[in-house]
Amino acid sequence: MAQIFHPSMNTFSKVTIFGSVFMIAGALWFFLTVERSSYVTQAKVVREQPVPFSHKHHVADLGIDCRYCHTSVEETAFAGIPPTKTCMTCHSQIHATAGMLEPVRESWRTGKSIEWVRVHDLPDFVYFNHSIHLKKGVACETCHGPVGEMALTWRENSLNMEWCLDCHRDPESNVRPREEVFTLDWHPKTEQAVLGARLVEDYDIQNLTNCSICHR
Amino acid sequence: MAKNETSDKPAQAPLIEPGHTYGSITDKISSVVTTRKTPISWFIGFAIAFSLLMVFLSSTAYLLMKGTGIWGINVPVSWGFAIINFVWWIGIGHAGTLISAILLLLRQEWRTSINRFAEAMTLFAVAAAGMFPLLHMGRPWLFYWLMPYPNTMAMWPQFRSPLVWDVFAVSTYATVSLLFWYVGLVPDFATLRDRVNNRGAKLVYGMLSMGWRGSAIHWYRYETAYLLLAGLATPLVVSVHTVVSFDFAMGVIPGWHATIFPPYFVAGAIYAGFAMVLTLSIPLRKVYGLEDFITMRHLQNMAKVMLATGLIVVYGYMMEIFTAWYSAGEFEEAMISNRFNGPYKWVFYSLLLCNAVAPQFIWFSKVQNSVIGIFIIAMFVNVGMWLERFIIVVTSLSQDFLPSSWDTYTGTIWDWATYAGTIGLFLTLMFLFLRLLPSISIFEMRTMVVEEDKGGKES
Repeated sequence: MAQIFHPSMNTFSKVTIFGSVFMIAGALWFFLTVERSSYVTQAKVVREQPVPFSHKHHVADLGIDCRYCHTSVEETAFAGIPPTKTCMTCHSQIHATAGMLEPVRESWRTGKSIEWVRVHDLPDFVYFNHSIHLKKGVACETCHGPVGEMALTWRENSLNMEWCLDCHRDPESNVRPREEVFTLDWHPKTEQAVLGARLVEDYDIQNLTNCSICHR
Repeated sequence: MAKNETSDKPAQAPLIEPGHTYGSITDKISSVVTTRKTPISWFIGFAIAFSLLMVFLSSTAYLLMKGTGIWGINVPVSWGFAIINFVWWIGIGHAGTLISAILLLLRQEWRTSINRFAEAMTLFAVAAAGMFPLLHMGRPWLFYWLMPYPNTMAMWPQFRSPLVWDVFAVSTYATVSLLFWYVGLVPDFATLRDRVNNRGAKLVYGMLSMGWRGSAIHWYRYETAYLLLAGLATPLVVSVHTVVSFDFAMGVIPGWHATIFPPYFVAGAIYAGFAMVLTLSIPLRKVYGLEDFITMRHLQNMAKVMLATGLIVVYGYMMEIFTAWYSAGEFEEAMISNRFNGPYKWVFYSLLLCNAVAPQFIWFSKVQNSVIGIFIIAMFVNVGMWLERFIIVVTSLSQDFLPSSWDTYTGTIWDWATYAGTIGLFLTLMFLFLRLLPSISIFEMRTMVVEEDKGGKES
């Protein structure tokens, strides 16, 4: 009877069977990596905005406090996007004719809001509250990164659930004194492990990993 | 030991009808696959099965469009048909593993002619069973969330939940059953490779036989691997349905929270499984004329196993009633009285008729010698075991502790369509299996010729 397969089939099938283990492991690695890449999470990706607003200029160069624009951050869940009026407090006088700011003036004339591109958008099934984070000593820059360096704003972190839980499972490494939450480029004077443990105690930070803390 | 039994009792029918040789066995079994003429009955059966499979496709498509609300489930009965059918199918699968693994280790030679398709039945039943928890999730495309893997949510499955144990138990079971089945098929794939004329079929069977040439070293490795897999599969017979029973027993619902559940479920699984093997093997031997290989003795042995496990199940029913009384817990007592007098009492009485009364006829030799009689009883058990799961799931959930939350439950048309659909899935796979693979292990049957001959000479 004639042979059905060429002798090379022996090697081929062995390589295929052995190789499939690596193929599957590789595919798994690939998907887990892609899932965390900035291609999917949009972390560190600079967004185009209708007006090229620079946090670097306003925050680092001019030293305007976060709360000047994000007014509701200490009291409510939402930090607040400033109305055009806030822009115009200065820009009715400064750079009042700059072409770059025409959309702002147009908004001021027409009363129609500027449509900013949202950089940080959590899914609707996540309940997130800015005020409680500030009250428990989580600083702006802990989540939003070095805002003072952002000529155009990008999202510093992935906003993946694992990123949330990194801190919720280990608040000691991430909290700082309440007075310093709006400070940029802050470094602890004492060791973070000691300070963090004390703050967690003082601020009564507890029970952060219950599902319904965020999924209500 | 089995051999002595055979020669001590001359009245016992042979495991293989006399007059067969190696050649005749190989011809007979492989011709079912190698023939170019597919019997018309196969086409009729396949058409029915395939239509049911299309029912499954449509009902699943509608389910994915609308969500699980199209089923009858709601609070308080949130499990309904999905879990009933899941447990029913998983249970059916158990006989296959029992026949192939435990009976192999116990050297019960009569298993030889039924193990192949019983194992196939296991695989297809697990496939059908798997559909229900997946579809019941509502978003089945996220099924991989059940697996522990380094996901972006930094979450593990809830390892304290028996539903997660289920995932591991069932997936292990499916994997081991598949391996066991495949390893057992390798020498037969080689036989088919050498017998088919079609070039394409030769290639496929050749691939599947993995270069099997039947050398001594091949046989040695085969026997070792098969025995090891049998050893692996043996604990699974007990463990899988134990874990399935934990889905209930770990809950505090009256009627579920009982220590008898694991053994009671395992016995029920084997009971249902043997009923299904009988349901399948009786038409199979008739249509393909395999009465020489699946003899009356096989049917009787299976009927006896069915009777024995059925009695264990009945013992379970009695213990449930006894425990309710002995515990003097008012909720347990209410649950039992609800079964006898509640809205589902007729389901419960039918269950007792099917599972407790019907198999008792196996005690009579007249029934034992009648193929039709055994078939009818097996059908009763198939139905009865489904009703049993219905009673366990629905009566307990529909009336738990708080009367204000009580409600009744019935399956909707989509529940029934999905259920009928998985029967279609199962039967479609079964028909394809019958046509494409040897439904009886050829090489193991050949070894039987030698042993039957020896038995003959001794007596």
